[in-house]
Amino acid sequence: MGEEVFINGNQATCWGALNAGCRHFFGYPITPQNEIPEFFARELPRRGGRFVQAESESAAGAMLFGASAAGVRVLTTTSSPGWALLQEMLSHISYCELPCVIVDVQRGGPGQGTVRHAQTDYLSATKGGCGGYKSIVLAPVSPQDCHDLVQLAFYLADKYRVLAVMLSDGILGQLTESVELKAIDFGSLPPKDWALKGTSHKGGRFDHIHSTRGIVPPVYKTIVEGLYRKYQEITDAEVRYRTYQVEDARLILVAYGYVARICKEAVNMARAIGLKVGLIQPITLWPFPYQIIRQKATQAGKFLVVEDSMGQLIEDVELGVEGKAEIDFWGMTERHSVGELGMLFPEGVFEKVKRCYE
Amino acid sequence: MNKEGTVREKVYGTPKLIDPTMPPFPACPGCGQPITSKIIMEVLEELGIEGKSVGIIGVGCAGTTFHTAKIDIAMAAHGVAPALGTGIKQALFDDVIVFSLQGDGDCAAIGAGYLINAAARGDKVTVFMFNNANYGTTGGQMAPTTLLNQVTTTTPTGREPVTYGYPLHVPEMLATIKSVAYSARGAVNNPANYQRTKKFIRTAFQKQIDNVGFSFVEIIVACPVNWHMSPVEAGRWIEKEMIAEFPLGEFVNLSRIE
Repeated sequence: MGEEVFINGNQATCWGALNAGCRHFFGYPITPQNEIPEFFARELPRRGGRFVQAESESAAGAMLFGASAAGVRVLTTTSSPGWALLQEMLSHISYCELPCVIVDVQRGGPGQGTVRHAQTDYLSATKGGCGGYKSIVLAPVSPQDCHDLVQLAFYLADKYRVLAVMLSDGILGQLTESVELKAIDFGSLPPKDWALKGTSHKGGRFDHIHSTRGIVPPVYKTIVEGLYRKYQEITDAEVRYRTYQVEDARLILVAYGYVARICKEAVNMARAIGLKVGLIQPITLWPFPYQIIRQKATQAGKFLVVEDSMGQLIEDVELGVEGKAEIDFWGMTERHSVGELGMLFPEGVFEKVKRCYE
Repeated sequence: MNKEGTVREKVYGTPKLIDPTMPPFPACPGCGQPITSKIIMEVLEELGIEGKSVGIIGVGCAGTTFHTAKIDIAMAAHGVAPALGTGIKQALFDDVIVFSLQGDGDCAAIGAGYLINAAARGDKVTVFMFNNANYGTTGGQMAPTTLLNQVTTTTPTGREPVTYGYPLHVPEMLATIKSVAYSARGAVNNPANYQRTKKFIRTAFQKQIDNVGFSFVEIIVACPVNWHMSPVEAGRWIEKEMIAEFPLGEFVNLSRIE
């Protein structure tokens, strides 16, 4: 048993990164994730690590590239407008196959949007940015998940030499719960013998990490094919999800992040009045658990996608269902208030569930 | 010593850092980039730091000779080299010499923010900026260092200041930042300037070795193809026009930063 502490999702993310052996953090202040850079500014120097406050998310992304190329575990965290600024470097990092971990504590978009919660970065995170790369995207539903999944992100990033993104949100970042702090052992990893650290540290071997490596041999097509073979391997091996009460369900809710917690409550309310309702909660948003959605499509006959956006996750559910079931949607327009503090609540979802169930 | 009693010493040759198995990276006739990269390689060898160095090549022509170097190299996205260098330096807990090779567009236009903030943080990295008064790789567009009245593909009637502003003096600007240990400008258009520039480059590396602060050298290099000149004319233009606008010398040289 690890130590049990009462912390919020942002702090849990920090402790998870420390438990993953991450001793380097570069980041830029942005609400609602500011506890994270502040934590590392305080904790890393005293633990033999390094913290740099970058001048922008673009610079933080470049620092991430550099530190990862030098072979260490490194983290940056941001929120939606900063996520947008990071995109350039994420594309380069992916092309150069450098293992990096990013946490996006989502707030409302587009643009500056709000400084509060939302789930409006789903498509940009899961479908990738410029140039057609893929990132592993993990979605926590609790502070404990933040702590555990950020460790999984470091492991998967190192295992496949890819970008791993944890898609948190403003609610999870501030949600305070009991968290067990423990280092999770996912197994052994290959040595980073390709890392740049000076040839005298590597018996004279030299390595070049190229952001335009398509212009020197091996040729561009070979590189892209190699990347997509790896993406296929990840799709085959790394799909993760949780199900709740789906065995006999006639209506299945699909949700991730803070909204999945709300949906679980709505499922309990529905079960209490005898409605056969369940929940599928993807943990990996990419690779997406299409298989379980497809399996349950004929059994349930109806899905209700709940997300705090105008509809992004629903596109993946549609792909999974392949037209074999009806899909309904409950999204940002159903928030309890029109201001940025507006939220989705279990009662609202429950009312919608009752209407869908009829 | 040979039998006549004279000492023969090799004074010119290919740096040992160049990998002879790699095809040479192409440069245009009369380009100042390869000779400048050669100086940097020579200094790395002379200081004995090549084994603990990581070079960063920016986007553009600058430093492309380093694609054939037998040292660890990262090639950066456009403009970000100083921040990328900071990442490497921090990751290896300062036990590394980090330097970047950047063009004037990479360093002073798209990368100006990264450059100034790395300098302002006093990051212990060394930036080399190749000033050829235009964007060479993309075919000769206006750069921050383009001279007044200079015709480029995006200043077809010449750079006039009301519309296009004035040439940017980067080492002078960096010299105003207190955490900059060294800032200089050299040229490689004649043997005297070559030797002086080599001294600037050695001093810049020494500041990083001694952990003093951020160090920077701008090097004026010829771009005859985009200037539409012969290499000989380009050399004269550097002497007459570029050095008149961009004076050579050291702008700050500190042995300690309080």
